[in-house]
Amino acid sequence: MGPFLLRRLATFVATLAVASAVVFAVLELLPGNAAEVILGESGTPEAVAALEKKLGLDRPALERYLVWVGGLVRGQTATSISYDTPTAELIAERMQVTLPLALIAMAITVVLALGLGLYAAARHHRLGDVTVMTASQLGIAIPNFWFAILLILVFAVQLQWVGAGGFPGWREDDGGGLVEGLKALVLPAIALALVQAAILARVTRSAVLEVMREDFVRTARAKGLSRRQALLRHVLRNAMIPVLTVAGLQFANLITGTIVVENVFVLPGIGRLVFQAIANRDLVVVRDVVMLLAAVVVLVNFVVDLLYAVVDPRLRHG
Amino acid sequence: MADAPAPLAAARAGAGAGFWRRAWRHPSFAVGALLTAALALAALLSLVWSPYPPAEIDIPNKLAPPGAAHWLGTDSLGRDIASQLLVGSQNSIVVGVVAVGIGLVLGVALGCLAAAHAAAGGRWVDELVMRGCDFTFAFPALLTAIMLTAIYGPGLLMSIVAIGIFNVPVFARIARGSAQVVWAREFVTAARAAGKGPWRITLDHVLPNIASPLVVQASISFATAILAEAALSYLGLGTQPPQPSWGRLLNEAQTQMFQAPLLALWPGLAIMASVLGLNLLGDGLRDLLDPKLSRRR
Repeated sequence: MGPFLLRRLATFVATLAVASAVVFAVLELLPGNAAEVILGESGTPEAVAALEKKLGLDRPALERYLVWVGGLVRGQTATSISYDTPTAELIAERMQVTLPLALIAMAITVVLALGLGLYAAARHHRLGDVTVMTASQLGIAIPNFWFAILLILVFAVQLQWVGAGGFPGWREDDGGGLVEGLKALVLPAIALALVQAAILARVTRSAVLEVMREDFVRTARAKGLSRRQALLRHVLRNAMIPVLTVAGLQFANLITGTIVVENVFVLPGIGRLVFQAIANRDLVVVRDVVMLLAAVVVLVNFVVDLLYAVVDPRLRHG
Repeated sequence: MADAPAPLAAARAGAGAGFWRRAWRHPSFAVGALLTAALALAALLSLVWSPYPPAEIDIPNKLAPPGAAHWLGTDSLGRDIASQLLVGSQNSIVVGVVAVGIGLVLGVALGCLAAAHAAAGGRWVDELVMRGCDFTFAFPALLTAIMLTAIYGPGLLMSIVAIGIFNVPVFARIARGSAQVVWAREFVTAARAAGKGPWRITLDHVLPNIASPLVVQASISFATAILAEAALSYLGLGTQPPQPSWGRLLNEAQTQMFQAPLLALWPGLAIMASVLGLNLLGDGLRDLLDPKLSRRR
């Protein structure tokens, strides 16, 4: 396990380093410079010069890159231009909405997908299978933001069970609370989960069907295990590798998907933050949020790699 | 094919006819091809005709329900929804074709380069291309679009570039994997023995033999590009007014949700039908071009 873990860890760190260099370089290759972009056409030469100094643009690029990365690692980030607050504080505050949203959506995705995928595989080529496959084909084609709007139309506009958007906060003193907070996240999480569940259900179904044809499953059945016992004890674990791969990628998709869905439901998460930062030309926030989201994608891939080794011992000895 | 011997040409024509006979009996392919053809026809038709000019404002008729004058009704400025949907389909096609084109050309070039180097015993080019692909996956199209928009401002071009960049590693991986299999085949060994170089072998033998998985992926990536463009336009980062786009129509519909809920239905249905068509077409092509896979399903 040692060399496997070290190899993966080295790849993880190297990918993060390259990702940070790319994010930094892309925002360095601005037409003009960051201060001019931030201030726009209204910026006087004096204001641009003052902001250049504040952003440290008068120092060499390599030094600025190292200061930025060092700050990210220590959690001491630059100050947002529009909020006048360190970006780490802003991100931490907004993550209180985005992270629970992504986790709830992931939970809904996994439960729905495993259930439907297993059911479809068990009913292969029968009505249940065809129904699940047709529904999943439709689910994959539905844009999550349109589904979100439809959910608002039905549950907020027509039935008036929930609000059409907004987030009351997790603290009861502010008029929110755990229950109110969760209620505000249910529809966005369902909107995010639908497409991912449709994809994962198809992957689960085909992975399960593949494993069900293996000799060891036939042996297990010959030993007297029922179809359901064989499915749960032998098939599911062996079908997990492709399911894990896709689920890992999907978590990354869910995190970036929140950018769109948070805007539909007006939720004060990371997605709204970066969107408002674009509108305010707050490049400091854009840079740090993009880096954070890219890091989450890389981290999730790293964790999935490690989970492979847990599920399939051949990989860690290979 | 003009110089092919007559019996060979006849056999090829027969195989082609056989493919189409099988294709039209394949439900996924048939439904997918029809929906995709409808999208292409809508875009072509909109170049020469639409019921009304899509940007024509008609305040007295604002938020009109669907009827004979306006098939799908009008928006808050009285613009005809059907016309905006028709003209909006051009956007989806342009983004799909260009973004998939970028991914296909760059991705296949990189994938074939990696496979050719690996076949010649080299490792570092293959390693570099593959690590580059892993790395590019850290930047979903939306993130790239956000970075580009923050710098250059929103626009269709930024969406296309962002979606195109994301497509490059997708095609590179498929091309590299499939090309490696072809490089191990006997006819490639024979071509090498006959003195053909890697460039010639890639053009003459590798590319024709890896076309099937690339065609299938192109159709699926086209669908993903339509979804991504719609999301970016919905957020205001993609297509800008006055050019209509399905994503922005949905954004505008959301502001009128209480007065005219139907406005939110049509653009979503158009996106869904297009994406569904391309996905089904991809599934159908996969079954038809890879009979081994089709038997296992």
